[in-house]
Amino acid sequence: MAVALIPLAYLGVRTVEAGGDRIAAELWTERVGLLALRSLGLAGVVTVACVLLGVGTAFLVTRTDLPGRRLFAVLAALPLAVPTYIAAFAWVSTAPRLAGFWPAALVLTLCSYPYVLLPVAAALRGADPAQEEVSRSLGRGGWRTFTAVTLRQIRPATAAGALLVALYVLSDFGAVSILRAETFTRAIFVALELGFDRTGALVLSSVLVALTVLLLTGETATRRRGAQYAGLSGARRPVPRLSLGAARWPAVSALVAVAVLALGVPAVSLGRRLAAGTSRPGALPEVLAAAGNSLTVSLAGAALTMVLALPLGLLAARAPGPLTTALDRLAYLGHALPGVVVGLSLIFFGINVAYPLYQTRWLLALAYATLFLPLAVGAVASAAAQSSARLEEVARSLGRGPWTVLRTVTLPLILPGIGAGAALVFLTGMKELPATLLLRPTGTDTLATELWTSTAVGAYAAAAPYAVLLVVISALPTWLLVARSGLLDKEKRS
Amino acid sequence: MSEVVVNGLIKRYGQVNALAGVDLRVPSGQLTAVLGPSGCGKTTLLRCLAGFERLDAGEIRIDGVLVAGGRRHLPTHRRNIAVVPQEGALFPHLSVTDNIGYGLDRAARRSGRIEEVLALVGLAGLGARMPHQLSGGQQQRVAVARALAPRPSVVLLDEPFSALDASLRAGLRHDVREALRADGATGVIVTHDQGEALSVADQVVVLRAGRVVQAAAPASVYREPVNLWVAEFVGDAVLLPAVVEQGTARTALGLVPLTGAVPDGSVTVLVRPEQVRLTTGTEGVTATVLRHDFHGHDALVGLGLPDGTHITARILDGDAAVVLGGEVTVRVQGAARAFPTDPPVRPPAPTPARLAG
Repeated sequence: MAVALIPLAYLGVRTVEAGGDRIAAELWTERVGLLALRSLGLAGVVTVACVLLGVGTAFLVTRTDLPGRRLFAVLAALPLAVPTYIAAFAWVSTAPRLAGFWPAALVLTLCSYPYVLLPVAAALRGADPAQEEVSRSLGRGGWRTFTAVTLRQIRPATAAGALLVALYVLSDFGAVSILRAETFTRAIFVALELGFDRTGALVLSSVLVALTVLLLTGETATRRRGAQYAGLSGARRPVPRLSLGAARWPAVSALVAVAVLALGVPAVSLGRRLAAGTSRPGALPEVLAAAGNSLTVSLAGAALTMVLALPLGLLAARAPGPLTTALDRLAYLGHALPGVVVGLSLIFFGINVAYPLYQTRWLLALAYATLFLPLAVGAVASAAAQSSARLEEVARSLGRGPWTVLRTVTLPLILPGIGAGAALVFLTGMKELPATLLLRPTGTDTLATELWTSTAVGAYAAAAPYAVLLVVISALPTWLLVARSGLLDKEKRS
Repeated sequence: MSEVVVNGLIKRYGQVNALAGVDLRVPSGQLTAVLGPSGCGKTTLLRCLAGFERLDAGEIRIDGVLVAGGRRHLPTHRRNIAVVPQEGALFPHLSVTDNIGYGLDRAARRSGRIEEVLALVGLAGLGARMPHQLSGGQQQRVAVARALAPRPSVVLLDEPFSALDASLRAGLRHDVREALRADGATGVIVTHDQGEALSVADQVVVLRAGRVVQAAAPASVYREPVNLWVAEFVGDAVLLPAVVEQGTARTALGLVPLTGAVPDGSVTVLVRPEQVRLTTGTEGVTATVLRHDFHGHDALVGLGLPDGTHITARILDGDAAVVLGGEVTVRVQGAARAFPTDPPVRPPAPTPARLAG
């Protein structure tokens, strides 16, 4: 848990060092207000757009007779493999004039709506059709049943996805930088890079943390009312599919349009750059070395994160209480912190506390653990919540001690959850940019940092191979996550 | 010897006394049913025995060893008990054989014990199946076999048949009882189903609002309940106000002999519906048929007596031609049990405990 606290402790220490007057002077300015408004506005717009797009797509691919729905399910989830800065880079290299708030909102929406789509699709598939049938039998029409029953059933999944999107947007750095949308993360980075203004960056980071806390509190408050109860019966009938009729082709066109915008534009743009040839010949070994670095660092990060997430996730599922909730929320805070802040605080930590770690890959892995712990905790907790605590009680009653029960019953049952969590952390680690930039050992370049360095100097063609490789490698864990969400399952015969 | 003794067991959830001083003795080699309505604390009692809950007061001994009480709380896995939960709770990632072998050490697994208990529950040859390939009844049989395999001191069954179809239930509970008996196991079964408790158990313990009201053999709980609440809870009851004179009760159904010595005075008499006989003769009281609930093997007939009392009679099908609104002659067969009239006839609503029955 201490991992998530390092950045917060760092912020606290540095803020105290800076002193109150200095902070007040930095804080109460028009610029901070504007930044706050713009960051929140961007988060709000993108979240709403993602919820609409995500829920709509999820409904179309899980509940209707849409032609080619399995293909569309994959296409809709694939943007997860495209880092926002690659998408932004693709758009900018296609239309160089693109910049500002609305293009940033567009790119972020197209990249992050799978965060809503995947949990909602899983919830739609798992929802009990009997509730909808009861609603219909009580005289509610299709639309009213959808709003009164179906939307309520998927509400927890939607809220969880929306929270991830909002946090993701608040902490996004790559896309807003490339599209020159002035938000907190960009301002923090600019303050650091250009002015070496640590106090300024610090104050801005603190405000960002405050906004995140606000968001998390709001989400907790609404979650109370969304209490769910699940029926005991295991075997459910598959949900009958809605016939789209004449509306099927407009629906298909809409999904095609989204896929073209989210995947087609980056693909075509990267393809063109790649075909134009790398600016320097003989770059292949460098690309491969970067890919190797990306893989090892992300794998180490995923492994470390899962080791930390396992006890937390089990605790969250088995011993819910105020303390557990607080720990859970704290972990989310780490996730919401911009990678820049986490990177800075871990440099501080590495130099002052754990010097042997400084300038090693393990410090970077630790940064990934700080950033992505909640993704892993969530995956472990939901898997543990699905496997009944009764099984563990029975195992204990058969004379097995707590560790044996953990090894022989609990772990095998939550293995899929651990796998999903690891895939998610690995994927996000591959895509992570700012903390990687700050913390990588000198001379170690990953796909993401090479890409960043190339785009920074306008060498778009040199950047293309890194971008392509990054997307291709990221597509693998994405595929794993899509398969796990049940979107690709064959229809069961009733 | 694997006797379970519970003394003065108290378990609270906040303000609610789920168990308010339970004393209990589970004799070795027998099956004891803990019977009570929803919320009476019976599941809490089972969880305390299993060690899933800590006691607030009292003590539990298994085989004479103190497992809970005072400061002591022996963890579940050291108690030598085994649990069969309501929904079976087979380990979904293990085959039937591995499920049953879960509580066994390596030597015991090779000794043929798994096949032995599998045969005991009537599933010989299904060891290679996975839990999802079994029907609900078969899953429950495997859960029982898994509990029996390590030869625990006590097998604790938590409403193990309630999730099953009525048609499966009777056969399964007979088989489970036979399996327990063949293995010489001591068992505690928790249930809210009176028929289940009376038919499978050697001893029935009636629990109400966290206290033991009666503990006796099934027949005596049914025929000689300690109070009117138990009388009504364990079966259909006809309760008649009566006056006792020299050991015989004068009721709306005529003179009824009583069990036990009862002093003269006002009482309430318990007659079971199967004791009310419809006759064609003249000896008896005339009653009007108000209701006729046909159950196939028997039927319940609602009758109105001349003084306005309503009673129920259980008749075997074809015993008598019963016409709604018609008149029949009724009399009481055998002796009845009398209770002092003072306490309320209807049970007050039991205190809701946090864990449902």
